[in-house]
Amino acid sequence: MAIRRGRGVAAINYPTGMNLGGDPTQALVHSTPTGNFMVTLSSVDLGQGMKQIMAQICAETIGVPTDRVVVDTADTDTGPHCMGTFASRGTHRAGNAVIQAAKEARQVMLEVAAEELEVNASDLETDGQGNILVKGAPQKSISIFDVALSAHFKRGRSISGRGMFLIPRSHPEKETGAMKPSTCYAHACTVAEVEVDDETGEVTVLTVKNVFEIGRALNPKMVEQQLVGGSWMGISHALYETTEPYYPNRDHGGTDFNQYLMPGPGDLAETEIIVLERPSADGPYGAKGPGEMCANPQIPAVANAVFDAVGVRIDTLPITPERILRALKAQAN
Amino acid sequence: MELRKNYFADVRKDDLHEIGQPRPRSDSPGHVTGKTAYFADRNFPGMLHLKMVRSPHHHARIRSIDTSEAEKHPGVVKVLTAKDVPHNVYTILILIQVGPEDETVLADGKVRWKGEAVVAVLAETERAAQEAAAKVKVDYEVLPAVFDMEEALKPGAPLVNEYHGQNYYLYDSGECRKVRFGDVEAGFAEADHVLEQSYQSSPIEHAPTETTGCVVVPEGNDRFTCYTNTQAMFFTLDNTSIILQMPGSKLHFVGGTVGGGFGGKVDVIVEPIAILGAKLTGRPVCFIYSREEEMQISSPRAAEKVIIKDGVMKDGRIIARKVTGYTDAGAYSRHSPYGAQKGAGHYPGPYTIPNVWIDTYCVYTNRTPSSAMRGFGVTIGDFALEVQMDKLARLIGMDPLEFRFINAYRDGDMKAHRQPTEGAALIECMQEASRVANWPVAEKYMAMSSYKNGA
Repeated sequence: MAIRRGRGVAAINYPTGMNLGGDPTQALVHSTPTGNFMVTLSSVDLGQGMKQIMAQICAETIGVPTDRVVVDTADTDTGPHCMGTFASRGTHRAGNAVIQAAKEARQVMLEVAAEELEVNASDLETDGQGNILVKGAPQKSISIFDVALSAHFKRGRSISGRGMFLIPRSHPEKETGAMKPSTCYAHACTVAEVEVDDETGEVTVLTVKNVFEIGRALNPKMVEQQLVGGSWMGISHALYETTEPYYPNRDHGGTDFNQYLMPGPGDLAETEIIVLERPSADGPYGAKGPGEMCANPQIPAVANAVFDAVGVRIDTLPITPERILRALKAQAN
Repeated sequence: MELRKNYFADVRKDDLHEIGQPRPRSDSPGHVTGKTAYFADRNFPGMLHLKMVRSPHHHARIRSIDTSEAEKHPGVVKVLTAKDVPHNVYTILILIQVGPEDETVLADGKVRWKGEAVVAVLAETERAAQEAAAKVKVDYEVLPAVFDMEEALKPGAPLVNEYHGQNYYLYDSGECRKVRFGDVEAGFAEADHVLEQSYQSSPIEHAPTETTGCVVVPEGNDRFTCYTNTQAMFFTLDNTSIILQMPGSKLHFVGGTVGGGFGGKVDVIVEPIAILGAKLTGRPVCFIYSREEEMQISSPRAAEKVIIKDGVMKDGRIIARKVTGYTDAGAYSRHSPYGAQKGAGHYPGPYTIPNVWIDTYCVYTNRTPSSAMRGFGVTIGDFALEVQMDKLARLIGMDPLEFRFINAYRDGDMKAHRQPTEGAALIECMQEASRVANWPVAEKYMAMSSYKNGA
């Protein structure tokens, strides 16, 4: 009886969005009298930070710092329609809608600035700090604060925009299954290293090295929180979680966190995250949806590492000590 | 975390001001100081608590329901049964024309899974609602139940759901969603090795920090405000409008601050009945799942069975792949017909294989209805595919990572569902994994590229 070490690899891709149902989301953007910008949506922030990302996308497109943008979302009296936050679609779909709305608002903003500066709107650019400058003559400028005041009280213009992003529904062809199930794909490759105690069947995940390709990391710190969390969830899925431990038997289902097992802080693997960015053709600033795929590759990587360690295949999830011991026993016989 | 900017630098401009910056989240201070308001932080004078009477049986006919004792229980204000729900038989994907309506808000004549909602009790306190629920008498005639997907698909199996008429979802393509590409049998005949393996998962729980729920307030203007942690505002509003036969203009949903979803809050379960309770009592109503309900009543990830048969050549090329996938929907559809279909669009994984045959089934059994979860229709498929890849590599004596390079998809490759590959990056992920995990592969693989005609 011994502790045995093994490693396994898995490589995956993941579709962004819900093309097989039709996938629309809308956004509205408007400026306040002092040149702050309000993004109005009905999309839901599940805790992953969607509001923050929409603020950064709007800020980038308008040309202001992110702290000048406020996101008002998930109120059906004010926000235009969004399908919902699922299918790795939130950032991609709502982000595209916000860009379209923000572009329209930006155009009005530049037109008002052009009137104030007596130049053509096409000759203007933003500095990203809250100012509008004449290209090639940056000393000739106006603050967005003053442009918004002018629009509201002098020029009678609404600095606002409407955004709509729709992926039309793809109906799979009956006989061949020809379909367009996604817009773009995120990618991952994970290498997991485990120790398996062949006396107890216990698995310890020592290290998990994840490489994710996500289009573009719109906010790297938030990407990190999602990818690290997803990696933990993948390991939990592989080794611990089930509401029906002896499926298809309905008994023995956990009803609280004492009975429903998940890895605790002491069970965390040393986790490494590497991010590659190949911008997607249709994503907001090239982003893809990494929210779901980041929890997938750890599962087969751990399963393959367990085989590498002790030479038995556990093809049923979760890979519990009981299943490993039964397989070892069957192998010995 | 590290960003590796050297990959794809030729197709990416890094000249942005706000995008790509690690700005602090504006909601973080509220979260970590306990100031963020979630739906359940709202409390209204006179608010009632809703508790469900649930089926103790996996499959049973309801002979009678007696609520008289429950109604007399101190603190009870209203007891609801199926006849109180205007449009009691519904299905959420009807909004995208995926029918038939197959589920009841409150059971009517039959229960099809252990835990199914039968009677709703509204009372002044959570305790009174719980105690009164225990006094509801339901007379059941227990029916044979089926839990195993293969058993459910056999002729003569107990029929789980009469609205379908058979124990699988009927697609326009028949009993399963199909993908047909090339000639898979010719591929198997030509292959040096054929390997068929079966993979199985069990249901798992989303385990959000915040359980599913809502608080409903009847407003003075004949409208209802519903504070909810749904993942989809209008999806929930529009389904509620159908179930309650109430114009959408009467409904105002407020949400968007959610303590974790992971796909577990897209089923439209708590809102319609809570709004109905508020309408019939004229009082605010809260309906919040206990942790036990969250774990055993709310939809889990479906159990899946995946059978993969591959034909592989000694040089590492996979030339045929046949996948049969079964998704255990439990007793009702919810999102499962979509998930099974999404699986059909995902196989054979990120590999270019000339001959592919996919069948994915959505199967009904007498268990808690499953539904969406992070990785819906894909996660278990990826587990099966990637363990299968490991077995194939070992079968032909090849390094598992190198074996994947040989089969990895690249830009322009035609997928089985007949879309050309665009924006591929699997090869680069594997190259970086090789480096970071110190898992060396032959130089020719490190020189490959996902670009069209990449080396």
